[in-house]
Amino acid sequence: MKLYEKTAHELHDLLQAKEISATELTAEVLAHVDEVENKIGAYIEITRDKATADAKAVDEKISRGEKISALEGIPCAVKDNICTKGIRTTCASKILENFVPPYDATAYNKLSAQNPILIGKANMDEFAMGGSTENSGFHVTRNPHNLDCVPGGSSGGSAAAVAGGEAVFALGSDTGGSIRQPASFCGVVGLKPTYGRVSRYGLVAYASSLDQIGTITRDVEDCANVMNAIAGHDEMDSTSTAAPVPDFTKSLVADVKGLKIGLPKEYFVKGIDGEVEKSVRKAAETFEKLGAEIIEISLPHTDYAISTYYLIAPAEAATNLERYDGVSYGARVNGIDVVDMMTNTRTEKFGAEVKRRIMIGNYALSAGYYDAYYLKALKVRTLIQRDFIDAFKNVDVILAPTAPTAAFKIGEMISDPLKMYLQDICTVPLNLAGLPGISVPCGMTSSGLPIGFQLIGKALDEATIIKAAYTYEKNN
Amino acid sequence: MKISEQDIKTVASLSRLRIPPEEAQEVTSQLDKFLTYVENLQAIDTTNIEPTTYALPMQNVFRADVVKPSLQREDALSNAPLKEDGYFKVPRVLEE
Repeated sequence: MKLYEKTAHELHDLLQAKEISATELTAEVLAHVDEVENKIGAYIEITRDKATADAKAVDEKISRGEKISALEGIPCAVKDNICTKGIRTTCASKILENFVPPYDATAYNKLSAQNPILIGKANMDEFAMGGSTENSGFHVTRNPHNLDCVPGGSSGGSAAAVAGGEAVFALGSDTGGSIRQPASFCGVVGLKPTYGRVSRYGLVAYASSLDQIGTITRDVEDCANVMNAIAGHDEMDSTSTAAPVPDFTKSLVADVKGLKIGLPKEYFVKGIDGEVEKSVRKAAETFEKLGAEIIEISLPHTDYAISTYYLIAPAEAATNLERYDGVSYGARVNGIDVVDMMTNTRTEKFGAEVKRRIMIGNYALSAGYYDAYYLKALKVRTLIQRDFIDAFKNVDVILAPTAPTAAFKIGEMISDPLKMYLQDICTVPLNLAGLPGISVPCGMTSSGLPIGFQLIGKALDEATIIKAAYTYEKNN
Repeated sequence: MKISEQDIKTVASLSRLRIPPEEAQEVTSQLDKFLTYVENLQAIDTTNIEPTTYALPMQNVFRADVVKPSLQREDALSNAPLKEDGYFKVPRVLEE
């Protein structure tokens, strides 16, 4: 096995034992990036010089006999909507093509304190709007398992980097499934934490009440280690929770005896691919054999989640993206007056999907439609959240497919936005309810594409879904 | 049709966007399809249901009111498309 295929915890042991050096590891990953990047396209920017210098610093530390952190010297990717001081952060948008943040996102700042090696900034759908990474303003990313297929999105670059050996782990963000769905499409582990668990300070805002930074890793143990690095309260984000953060590595115990797992019947209906359903049901059987109790449950408002999400998220996006006006940062396209300059800038520099969501949002918020669209969606959001609260009275976690299908072909859905939105049915309910979810690989389709299931936890209970995911991984 | 090309023009203008005439029909038809789909929400009775803006309980968040270092002006201006004498510069807003 090549070094770039190993997990972070395996590499950590090799580094600490001085069997490999961080310099050697980084050089091998960068060489692999050079070999495959023109096919996969996981990155917007590769931070080669910084990576090489940082690896050298880690080696010096090891040679002094110092202990290193779990992520120290491990090559990683960071989604390009997470601000990195002095390193271009574009959100895959032409409007931020030359934006160099003057500060770090808190999550990146906390991660950096562990001294991992940043290989680069990962491609994504522009402003995290999309589920295929085809909406990037720069280039598409291809699925390492099949280059004709999408890697999922919007954190498609992050997931493809981890699956394709271009990074050992990655940070992503998840507003409606943008970590879990690409993790599922690329055959890696993706965790969206509870809303507020990880600070959003410095995460370029898409839909502020739904956005959450999380992890993409090769296994569940790496997930726990990355979560330990990035979780926690931040006074710079007033929505970040002050709840105590557990040591997530304490959840790395293979035991689901007596765990009550709900299977929501609404997630196994129309539109779910037969092979996906079979794999997820087989995973349920595995859990049952390991001592868990499988209970059929109902989340009756699931059918309304897409409408609810696609009214609320664009409404928030329309507001958040007002700041791209060509004045204080980002691109400017000149005009005859201020309004003309702003209109030219936004028209020329935003991509089609971003414009579509801005218009949906402004329409849903406008006088005469606010009650019928936006306010109605906020009320249905309450009902969707209540579905989960009721379900969690009887079960500890919920098991469902991460996405209704495996990865689809590049170009297959891009011309039909509504069809693309409907793909998000399994993931958006969690964001609306603020709940954590982890996508775990559970087999392949007959055509060789990964399938994933997701475990949904109670608010702030990442520990239980990590433990259940770890148990499955160790017994499969 | 739930939405007309004129509605699209209005919402585009509110959004500081311009829809080229050759794209207007397709954009209208895509948004119309979307608005028709989200009609399914109208079937749900939401009488006496409170709206949820944030999923988790939120309260006012306070911190100590102390002076701390903040972004330097030079850094704040570092990404400005056009600047002059420590200010962002925009095209003329008022007539002479």
